[in-house]
Amino acid sequence: MFGKTALYAKDFDWFIFLLALAIAVIGVVEIHSATQYDRAENFYVKQIYRILIGLFLMVLVMSIDYHALAENVPYLYAAAVLSLLAVLLFGKRVSGSKSWISLGGFFELQPSELVKVVVVIALARYLCEIRTEYLTSAEVVKASAVAGLPILLVMLQPDLGSAMTFVPILMVGLFLGGLRPKWIAGAAILGVLAVGAGWYNLKAYQKERIYTFLEPERDPQGHGYHSIQSKIAVGSGGFWGKGVGKGSQTRLGFLPERHTDFIFSVVGEELGFAGAVTILLLYLLIIGRSIQIAQTARDKLGIYLTMGAVSVLLFHILENIGMVVGIMPITGIPLPLLSYGGSSVMATFMLLGLIINVRMRRYVN
Amino acid sequence: MPLKDFYEDKRFVQSRIVVIRVAAILVFLSLLAGLWNLQILQRGYYKELAEKNQIRSITLVAPRGKILDRNGKIIVDNRPSFTLSLMREHLSSIESSVNLLASGLNLEVDFLKSQVEKHRHQPSYLPIVIKEDLTAGDLAFIESHRLEFPGLDVIRQPRRFYREGQLAAHLLGYVGEISEKQLETEEFRYCKAGDFIGKAGVERVYNRILTGVDGERRVMVDSRGREVAVLDSVEPVPGNDLRLTIDLDIQRAAENGFGEKGGAAVSLDPRSGEILSLVSRPAFDPNSFSSRISKKEWVDLINDPRKPMQNRAIQSRFPPGSVFKIIMTIAGLQEGILKPGYTDFCSGSTVMYGRSFACHKKGGHGTVDLHKAIINSCNVFFYHLGQKLGIDKIAYWAQSMGLGQKTGVDLPSEDTGLIPSPEWKRRVQKADWYAGETISVAIGQGYVSLTLIQTARAFGGFGVGGVFKTPHVVSTEELKKWGQTPNFSTEKQFKVDEQTFQIVSQGLWGVVNEWGTGRKAAVPGFDVGGKTGTAQVVSREAQKAAVGEKKAEYEDNAWFVGYAPIHSAQIAAAVFVEHGGHGGESSAPIIHDMFQVFYDKNNKPGSPPLQISMKQEGNSSGVH
Repeated sequence: MFGKTALYAKDFDWFIFLLALAIAVIGVVEIHSATQYDRAENFYVKQIYRILIGLFLMVLVMSIDYHALAENVPYLYAAAVLSLLAVLLFGKRVSGSKSWISLGGFFELQPSELVKVVVVIALARYLCEIRTEYLTSAEVVKASAVAGLPILLVMLQPDLGSAMTFVPILMVGLFLGGLRPKWIAGAAILGVLAVGAGWYNLKAYQKERIYTFLEPERDPQGHGYHSIQSKIAVGSGGFWGKGVGKGSQTRLGFLPERHTDFIFSVVGEELGFAGAVTILLLYLLIIGRSIQIAQTARDKLGIYLTMGAVSVLLFHILENIGMVVGIMPITGIPLPLLSYGGSSVMATFMLLGLIINVRMRRYVN
Repeated sequence: MPLKDFYEDKRFVQSRIVVIRVAAILVFLSLLAGLWNLQILQRGYYKELAEKNQIRSITLVAPRGKILDRNGKIIVDNRPSFTLSLMREHLSSIESSVNLLASGLNLEVDFLKSQVEKHRHQPSYLPIVIKEDLTAGDLAFIESHRLEFPGLDVIRQPRRFYREGQLAAHLLGYVGEISEKQLETEEFRYCKAGDFIGKAGVERVYNRILTGVDGERRVMVDSRGREVAVLDSVEPVPGNDLRLTIDLDIQRAAENGFGEKGGAAVSLDPRSGEILSLVSRPAFDPNSFSSRISKKEWVDLINDPRKPMQNRAIQSRFPPGSVFKIIMTIAGLQEGILKPGYTDFCSGSTVMYGRSFACHKKGGHGTVDLHKAIINSCNVFFYHLGQKLGIDKIAYWAQSMGLGQKTGVDLPSEDTGLIPSPEWKRRVQKADWYAGETISVAIGQGYVSLTLIQTARAFGGFGVGGVFKTPHVVSTEELKKWGQTPNFSTEKQFKVDEQTFQIVSQGLWGVVNEWGTGRKAAVPGFDVGGKTGTAQVVSREAQKAAVGEKKAEYEDNAWFVGYAPIHSAQIAAAVFVEHGGHGGESSAPIIHDMFQVFYDKNNKPGSPPLQISMKQEGNSSGVH
């Protein structure tokens, strides 16, 4: 299955690759800025290693013909489900959730990030084999089950934020796969009702987060603190920003989780509107290019794979930056390529590998 | 079903991709709108909030534990003082008006700049110390310039206070700002730049016991530096109070005895090794280190020719002079050379190895037995004894008493002193031992030199029958209380023959109580025994020729070492007075003063009576 790799290599997508690398490099700079007074660890050095691992995984994923990947997805899916079960059994508890698993003590992995890649492939495989224009209700249920099992396991950790990030894969998949218009309308109504019903099942801290999302000022020292401080950081950055390493919000320790989930606050504060919009543009170019690749893909499998990956990236960007600028509620999900964190960096590069894979093999020969 | 290379109609899917494309653009537009709103429309509002939004982390410095004497009297304490510090984000307001600030606070501009530079790489929420120990004038200046220097903050901090000034300065040590080198070490891992730690003496050795845990108050302040809210506050935990074995009254008696003279004195309880007083003169005032000491003050102290920073009681070695004759006597008795009836003849000098060795009494002492030799400190007697013993046996017995080696006292940088031997001379001087050198050693001159503390321990250890405890300033019980185990690896022991003990102690008693050289050490009712020693600074000829200021400088150094009561020692002491002339004149009175205080304390009504009168055994030893 590696046979034609060399042939395809000339079609490697330097455009997406360089855009991704640019974002990752800015991420390393800002991680360094955000943690420069942390004597204990060199976060930015670690991040560089992770990016290198991520690049390796990207090359690996794009080297294997995506048809072969889809062919073997049952094994990948089984491994993914097992890894989530392993986390539930042996995972490390960090701030209330068991999302982490320790590999040999020096490397910690958040399997739910990597499982997303598998779910994208699994769902694409299932949908591409349906030849009718519209989906039957049985097919909708089956497709939902494919995505639903990992979602359920992640919710058990419990990590509602991460579980949420799987939903766009299913939604985009079903929509492209041929969800009937009346189903779409029905889902919208059902969604509203589900939010209402779900409300009663939310844990107290989850409710509190939603309250404070709607009105951060009601608890400026408690749950609203993150949102207010992040908005102050971004807002005070102004047009040109305060300069790298000079953000007072960042340095003074007002920003919590400033090198992970709130890295974009640091960008906003230090690089200003100009820098933030530049990064937004880099993301937009990656997403736009990816959708273009989906449009010109050789087959439906390629389309579903690419659009699945796009849905994950787009949702992470929307939720993370939206949270930083105060238009989305606070959840602990990372910004692809920019946030500190190995699992996220690795998963993102693998998704990009999938997209490049589809582009490299777009011609029927 | 094959996944590859079959016909499929993609037009429907591709039409729906367009919808996603539109959705993606909407996502980016909404994020752009969010950024626009915060960074363009509301930037003024948020800039103001960021300005106001400043957390100050104020370290609440934990007071160090008090240092107490053995009776619980406070020697070292803390006093409140005010420190001026600067918040880093207001650095620019200071840098532009550094001259005004320097003149208002009586600081040098360069010092101010270097202070800022030193702390530049710390987290910015930690304030930079500008000046410590603010005067009332400083406080008034700061209050009246609040608006010009918004980042200045006055913090109340405990400051080390040595109640007795120079008293026991070398023993207590001092505190100072941690050095950059120390910050890197494992021992001071818990510290951060600007912390005060023990730098010398007890403060240094028992730093961990005395150090508390700093607290922290995080407050939100507005751009003027006014506190808006307290975020959290962790109270400091004071360090532990440390009780020393030192007796403040004995210490004071010894210090006063020196007057303006330099020198050192150590007194200890030989039964336990507990040090009762430890004096080194001239001294310094440890209070001057409690704030950041200026470079000039420090250089002055280091370069002072009188070396006030040197702890002469443990860090200096001196030729013991006649004091060493007691070691010779013990060696002679233990070796069986000095037998009952042993006498020698002193004609005022003796010729050995083709060279004339003089006694200090020109006319000679005539026929001398051991008792007379000790009391009159007859050199000729000990020259001959030295020849009979030989250098190796002298060294053996001296070392058995812990001389020429560290005592293991719990104070820093102890010196070893030196008990010379042919082996030592070969190793260090790369030369052979001359027999004549043994003769010099026999009267405590030549290469031999001792520290005060090891000499006091040697005499005291002999006075309790040959047990040489490790001297210490913090008792075992006190250490255990704070979870530390004492190190007594230097403890020594040998069996002193009953006869040796009787003869030597009677000799020492005679020096003080008969017609000997140490009468001024006597304490009525307390059988004090001891030995004077005199060590020449220059030759006798130069001494005689000297006039004026030089005369005092060329005066001999004076020793007195002794213990009491003579039959079973409770206190032993060594005193050394620089240029004190004769030991009996300058050093013996200091021994007297210390022993008198000790005696009075231990004979208070109600306290268990001491066996003070020496058992008179007449001539039973028969060595007279």
